[in-house]
Amino acid sequence: MSDTTFAPSYGPVAIPVRELLPWAILGGLLLMLAIYFVGAEEGATSLIRGTYVHEFVHDGRHLLGFPCH
Amino acid sequence: MVGKLLLRGMLVGLVAGILAFAFARVYGEPQVDKAIAFEEQQAQAAGGAPEPEMVSRATQAGIGLATGVLIYGAALGGLFSLVFAYAYGRLGSLGPRGTSALIAALGFLAVIVVPGLKYPASPPAVGNAETIGYRTELFFIMIVVSIAAMVAAIGLAQRLWNRLGAWNASIVAGLAFLFVFALVKAALPDINEVPENFSATVLWQFRVASLGIQLVLWTVVGLGFGAVAERVVAVRDQRSPARRYA
Repeated sequence: MSDTTFAPSYGPVAIPVRELLPWAILGGLLLMLAIYFVGAEEGATSLIRGTYVHEFVHDGRHLLGFPCH
Repeated sequence: MVGKLLLRGMLVGLVAGILAFAFARVYGEPQVDKAIAFEEQQAQAAGGAPEPEMVSRATQAGIGLATGVLIYGAALGGLFSLVFAYAYGRLGSLGPRGTSALIAALGFLAVIVVPGLKYPASPPAVGNAETIGYRTELFFIMIVVSIAAMVAAIGLAQRLWNRLGAWNASIVAGLAFLFVFALVKAALPDINEVPENFSATVLWQFRVASLGIQLVLWTVVGLGFGAVAERVVAVRDQRSPARRYA
């Protein structure tokens, strides 16, 4: 224990949920929307008409493991 | 605090995406090309006209692939940082680097490996266009169930921590996770839409490449984010009332 006597107090301190929640909701939704556009738009469901997004990210979609077509 | 972590997470994810793109270019694209060649050959044999190309192959394999993988990487890094923001300080006395590495390892298992064992990545020409909605639904159900099982397993490990010790508590939680996976794997329908003459080698190499891309992403995010998060959380840890690493 003697080796810790002069060490500064330091340990992981959790971030309160209250502080975290707004970021988690807003950030989480936007980031998941981004993944949706890469992974599923104009495949199973479609927000934009056409197939351009699908064709453009086609290879990434296959290689990232999403069902493509 | 959380905003800083989120921004750093997305930046680390972007770097991970660049590396994963390079990996995908070298190991993934040759397999995609072979699969597309097979697809065209089948279409020709069936007497159909070749599909018109809306986006050229060069674009799909270049800027298109880069866009997809980079956005995915940045989004993964961002979501990862949010999970980290919650987990940090709640997983025993694990420091920022250890927390980040542990989340990455368990996340890779729950989000990529386990769902991939049931519904693996498939190259072009594999998969019936008419079942895309059904397959996408099952794919996301599998991911959600797997994540839920992982969260529950971590909770179980924490509950048993004091009674069984860290090692045994983790083994019991791991077995519980495997048991849930076995149940779900048996309950959800299988999908096998590989065409009869499709090369087994191409399929295998495509799937290995796909797993490799994810491994690059998760490894870079897990190790990189811990390093950049350390400076952010260190400031807060030192300001807070004395609490030491166990």
